[in-house]
Amino acid sequence: MSDNGYLLEMNDITVEFPGVKALDKVKFNAKRGEVHVLLGENGAGKSTIMKVLAGVNTNYTGTIIWKGEEIVAKSIAEQRERGVSIIFQEMNLLKNLTVAENIYLGRQPMKGRNIDWNKMNQDARALLDSIHSNIDEKALVSTLTVGQMQMVEISKALSFNCDILIMDEPTSALTEKEVDALFDIIAGLKAKGVAIVYISHRLAEIMAIGDRITIFRDGKYISTDYVKDLTMDEMVAKMVGRDLTDYYPKVDVKPGEKMLEVNHISEGSVLKDVSFYARGGEITGFYGLMGAGRTELMRAVYGADRYDSGEVIVKGKKMNIRTPEQGKKAGIALLTEDRKNQGLILGFDLTWNVSLTNLDRFMGPFGLDLAKEQKICKELADSMRTKTPSMKQLARNLSGGNQQKVVIAKWLNSNADIIIFDEPTRGIDVGAKAEIYGIMNDLKKEGKAVIMVSSELAECMGVSDRIYVMHEGVMSGLIEGEDMKGLTEEIVVGYATGARESNIKA
Amino acid sequence: MEAKKKKLDLGNMSALIVLIVLCLFLSIIQPAFRTSSNIINILQQVTVIAVLALGESLVIFLGRIDISVGSVVALAGIVMGKVIIEAGLPSIVGIIIALALGAACGCFNGVMIAKFRLQPMIATLAMMSMARGAALTIADGNTITGYSNGFRWISVGTIPGTSIPVQILFMILLYIVFWYIMKYRKFGRYIYSVGGNEEATRLSGIDTDKVIIAGYALCGLMAGLASYILVAKLNSAQSTAGLDYEMDAIASSVIGGASLLGGSGNLWGTFVGAIIMIVIRNGLNLMNVSSNLQKLVLGIVILIAVLADSFRQKAAAGKK
Repeated sequence: MSDNGYLLEMNDITVEFPGVKALDKVKFNAKRGEVHVLLGENGAGKSTIMKVLAGVNTNYTGTIIWKGEEIVAKSIAEQRERGVSIIFQEMNLLKNLTVAENIYLGRQPMKGRNIDWNKMNQDARALLDSIHSNIDEKALVSTLTVGQMQMVEISKALSFNCDILIMDEPTSALTEKEVDALFDIIAGLKAKGVAIVYISHRLAEIMAIGDRITIFRDGKYISTDYVKDLTMDEMVAKMVGRDLTDYYPKVDVKPGEKMLEVNHISEGSVLKDVSFYARGGEITGFYGLMGAGRTELMRAVYGADRYDSGEVIVKGKKMNIRTPEQGKKAGIALLTEDRKNQGLILGFDLTWNVSLTNLDRFMGPFGLDLAKEQKICKELADSMRTKTPSMKQLARNLSGGNQQKVVIAKWLNSNADIIIFDEPTRGIDVGAKAEIYGIMNDLKKEGKAVIMVSSELAECMGVSDRIYVMHEGVMSGLIEGEDMKGLTEEIVVGYATGARESNIKA
Repeated sequence: MEAKKKKLDLGNMSALIVLIVLCLFLSIIQPAFRTSSNIINILQQVTVIAVLALGESLVIFLGRIDISVGSVVALAGIVMGKVIIEAGLPSIVGIIIALALGAACGCFNGVMIAKFRLQPMIATLAMMSMARGAALTIADGNTITGYSNGFRWISVGTIPGTSIPVQILFMILLYIVFWYIMKYRKFGRYIYSVGGNEEATRLSGIDTDKVIIAGYALCGLMAGLASYILVAKLNSAQSTAGLDYEMDAIASSVIGGASLLGGSGNLWGTFVGAIIMIVIRNGLNLMNVSSNLQKLVLGIVILIAVLADSFRQKAAAGKK
């Protein structure tokens, strides 16, 4: 044990992915028996550093001191052996196996050459009892609720007799009662001397259970404090506090008519009575944390996914949009976040990708006019300043930024008036980002209704004329008009985390 | 830079080169191979498989598969025989019923796959068994023979004033029509798009379910058509007809350069692939290889073609 009493010290940790520095010389430490909160915006690097510690991401530089000795995190198995357990955001359970089988997967107690089922079930029972859970250890995971699955994940992590337990947004799928149960478990673990790393966006929770808090921003270390020394506002300020530069040029256009009006859309627990509108000649931004329901909302409006109830009005006319075909016909374009799997046909050349949304345009007396198709698609791609040696290039061979431009060209080909960009600049380098903003401003000048879903706060505030904020499937804030002036990131994040009361009338 | 186009052409070219080498080889070791009567014979034999392979190719371009076409050939033939010979209805009525039945079977496959999201292999495996079972039941062990010359003209007739068999001309016209559809109609482009990336196509505002169902329906229609050509040629309809034809059809398409992952390939490749299948069979016949052993050899040929497809995919992925 080292003198300073830290169980874990991570220093100068740097992780680089192609083209991005996910972590830049950050530090993090943990003591036995504390809940150490890790806070930051989407993409701040919280999950990345924990994946380094858990041995998932072994491509890092920097030092890790564990129980006073310097170690190298080389593999998940080795780190687990050392006492590091992680509960991932994504559930990693096998649905067709029982609770006990999941907990002891790959290390079932054996009797000779066979699995000792009795012992396995008993051990699982004891483990579940220790966290006061009444889940049946013999139940199939597929029969459990999401909250119960989370409990199984926790039991599994505990079964490794860990010294440090990492929880990545553990409450995102839990009900209030389950959250209370989780907090009891955490208190119990603390008493046993386990260090808990708690990653969450929910400030109220952090205030309730956190001992210390470390804040990251854009892959950089900002601060470590005692939770009791900070207010929520201070946390938010540290989390976002960067200056808006002239990086986001705003164009002044007088907004036109309401092009799209969405009223009272609901879908299960994902969207709860959501309404908004978008005008021509304006960029309407949508901010929220992951899982707030923004993507689901846009997909419902376009007809890509079903929804339970609500109405969509396009240019004053109530439309029945239930398929993308109807969405496109109504003049809506949806540029999905996942360009590679949903936006482009990677094995097709650029011409075929661009023309797909509107082949009617190229129909001549003898069928498709291939020469015309080539020509118009090239013009569209050129107008987006797509960098490619030729239109015969396969989409898969372009960079992320150029792929995005091809997707935009493809939708300009459809002559849509309402263009929805879902995370238009994710995974795109800085230069191409500025070009994408330029294109969005051009569309705005042409009088189109531009909608942008963005998880990048600076981008959302810099580019949008009006901003809707969503929180857990509910429209939790609207910022427009005079409020846009002097708007601070704290206000937007406040709406997004639920720390600030909604200003939207029911 | 024009990787795709070049690769496609290469796919075709390699099939064509294989065919030429194969023909040269057979001409040298078996002089009987290069007689004009044998060549006409080969082209006549190729018709049924080429028509089936055309339909199968559409499904393969969609990134899917149909293993029921052989059974559908049998069922359509038996029903057509019943209608024409036993019920005594005009030939044309029987033919239309056979085509409609084939299309209906394909349509059923398509609905199961597009709407009910069944695995194509399993859905068409079920159809394979259902259609064969229906054919066996309806035929009840009998062979239905005795068709009119008018009915048989498509398979045994020649173009007036020439010695060109009608079926060869018909086959070539059919391929030209579908080549046009694939290249110059929206539907053709949509088939490749669905095969290339179904979700991206759907989100581009295209009714992908309709495309899939139509593709399968056309595949079934081609099975009905192949059934008619087969019955007309043999002058008999049997419930055991069309056994293993699905393998020949799939192999033709893959040998012709279509990827089983969908999104690429073209019909001329399929046409060449079908000829290769028949030429190999013809050559083995001339060399007096038993039909049992022929099956083994053709199995190896199919395996090689699929392996070649797999290597092409890897190469494409590796190049990135």
